Amino acid sequence: MATAAAALPPRRRSVRLSRSLQPYLYLVPAFVVMAIITFYPLVFQVWMSFTDFGQINFRVRNPVPAEFVGLDNYVRIAQSRLAIPNFEFIRLVLFNLWWAFSNVVVHLVIGVFIAVTLNTKGLRFRGIYRAIFVLPVVIPPIIVATVWRNMFDPNGGAINYGLQAVGGLFGIPPDAPGLNLDWLRQSNDPISWLPLPLAYFAMLTANTWLGWPLNSVVATGALQSIPGELYEAAAMDGASPMQKFRNVTLPFLRPAMLPYAIYGFVITFNLFFLPFFMTAGGPFGRTEILVTQAYRLAYDLRLFGVAAAFAVYLFFLLLIVTLITNRLAKATKSYAE
Amino acid sequence: MTATTDPGQATPPLVGDPRLARLLRRGTRVRAEQEKPLPLVRQIFLQVILLFITASVLFPIVWIVSMSVDPRNLSRPDGLNLIPPGASLDAYAKVIAEPTGNPIDFLGLAMNSLKIALGASVATVFLGVLAAYAFSRLRFRGREALMIAVLGVLMLPSVATIIPLFIFLNQFQIDLGEVSFNLRASILGITLAVISAQLPFAIWNLKGYLDTIPKDLEEAAAVDGANQNQIFRKVVLPLAIPALAVTGFLGFLGGWTEYLTVALFVGDTSDWTLSVALNSMVGQFARTTTWSYFAAFSILFALPVSVVFFIFQRYLIGGLAVGGVKG
Repeated sequence: MATAAAALPPRRRSVRLSRSLQPYLYLVPAFVVMAIITFYPLVFQVWMSFTDFGQINFRVRNPVPAEFVGLDNYVRIAQSRLAIPNFEFIRLVLFNLWWAFSNVVVHLVIGVFIAVTLNTKGLRFRGIYRAIFVLPVVIPPIIVATVWRNMFDPNGGAINYGLQAVGGLFGIPPDAPGLNLDWLRQSNDPISWLPLPLAYFAMLTANTWLGWPLNSVVATGALQSIPGELYEAAAMDGASPMQKFRNVTLPFLRPAMLPYAIYGFVITFNLFFLPFFMTAGGPFGRTEILVTQAYRLAYDLRLFGVAAAFAVYLFFLLLIVTLITNRLAKATKSYAE
Repeated sequence: MTATTDPGQATPPLVGDPRLARLLRRGTRVRAEQEKPLPLVRQIFLQVILLFITASVLFPIVWIVSMSVDPRNLSRPDGLNLIPPGASLDAYAKVIAEPTGNPIDFLGLAMNSLKIALGASVATVFLGVLAAYAFSRLRFRGREALMIAVLGVLMLPSVATIIPLFIFLNQFQIDLGEVSFNLRASILGITLAVISAQLPFAIWNLKGYLDTIPKDLEEAAAVDGANQNQIFRKVVLPLAIPALAVTGFLGFLGGWTEYLTVALFVGDTSDWTLSVALNSMVGQFARTTTWSYFAAFSILFALPVSVVFFIFQRYLIGGLAVGGVKG
């Protein structure tokens, strides 16, 4: 190879060389930037996770080197032996998984239901509804989270006022305890056999408001690809509306909705804004998810070494989640086709 | 909807839907003539359901708008008022002049957010399209490995790299004569952190779009003697403008609302952004914030990007579904 290149006339050789280098020239700017501000920090983070890196170790002038502590940070996280109140690693992971799963299911069901309703032939004002229903998507998530926090406020929040207005229709006095809930801070669980705080349901409500419209958009796309003849044929065979939905609509929806549901799972799993701004992890850290806990370890507690180890845990958890969901997507794909 | 589809094709038209335009222009009768009308009872039943959903979608928006025009400086509203008595824009004037207790006005906050947003969107689009072109069109050794590297970082939430970035940027004390600042505590450093979080998405999104552009034009240009760089500049770039705009806007949106890095990195209140100011109006430090100020502030914060988003939603939603992975 080298001798063949050497045998070529000089000009041809340089052309060939520049040809083979050209792809890398296009990649160099992006990868130089990513190497410095993405990949290097990632490697640095892994090193940090084996040290007791803290506030004193990053002074600009004469920094003190951090002390190597081996796997201590990892062990302390796994055993929940951190200097933070109410930290339980296993509960945190399980809550995070349940949070993502329950949201995806609720968004999917509501999104599909509304898409199917809007797709009814002969329905009036369809376009106006579609324009309104996309509004939650266009508002920045940080605003959505802070506004919902405000609405769930126990003193003067819109939700309690709304409940009192509805209760008034049934003659319930506005000072009844059920209409003045401390949504985000109440510590005893609303459903005794379900270990989920009231704040979880508040977050679920806010995220459902935010999440179903995109599901509905995706479902609408799939619904519009269904040939009308299929419904006519089903009607001729005397199928009930339920049977039509099961045997005509669902098979078309499934291949479009499953990949989107899997995306939704990963998005919700890492959804920083809602737990951070709405509940701040409360009550007693029970609505904390992994990303907000990682941020709090660094921001509030300045435990950088522990936070780094936590981020490594997060990376592997996400890897597992991604691998499982990818397998699931592949398996269900062949099933759907 | 998959990661690699053309954002323009990924979603069905909604507001841009010509049927809606026709509907609004000629009234609703057109539809009824084209399609078999529903039985009246079913029509009413469905309309009631849809009106209920509309109310739930609009409820938070109406709440925040009506609170923002409340002139009474109540620390808490006294009930659900669609239009509070004596509605005025006083709260807007107040938050534009002095949104927080700190000596920075709304314009100052917005300029800081704007710098981060513009810096991030320009840099990610520029760097992203070069890399996307190489991944989409050129064959070279290590292509797969580099693509997996990009995808791997794309899956990571930005929280996962924020701590080492803090320490890394903190090492740079920049002295330029009179100007002396720590890179970490500056808008420039924050912009770098935002770029680091968004570049993988930009590369991936643009590559997905470039993959959908047919190669015929480039081949024709190559036959005419254009070299690789000319093909990229004169053929591919002009065709990719829609995707560049979408990626740029999503990058802008990310920078405009960036909270994590700003809150962790900045030291001085003169470097505060809109998102940090918003957080100071809620949360545990905000017992005393008048709610009409909070409401007016969130509307001013959201409005510029929400309006653009609403107008171009059919192009943007596809990209958002993928970009949302990056928390």
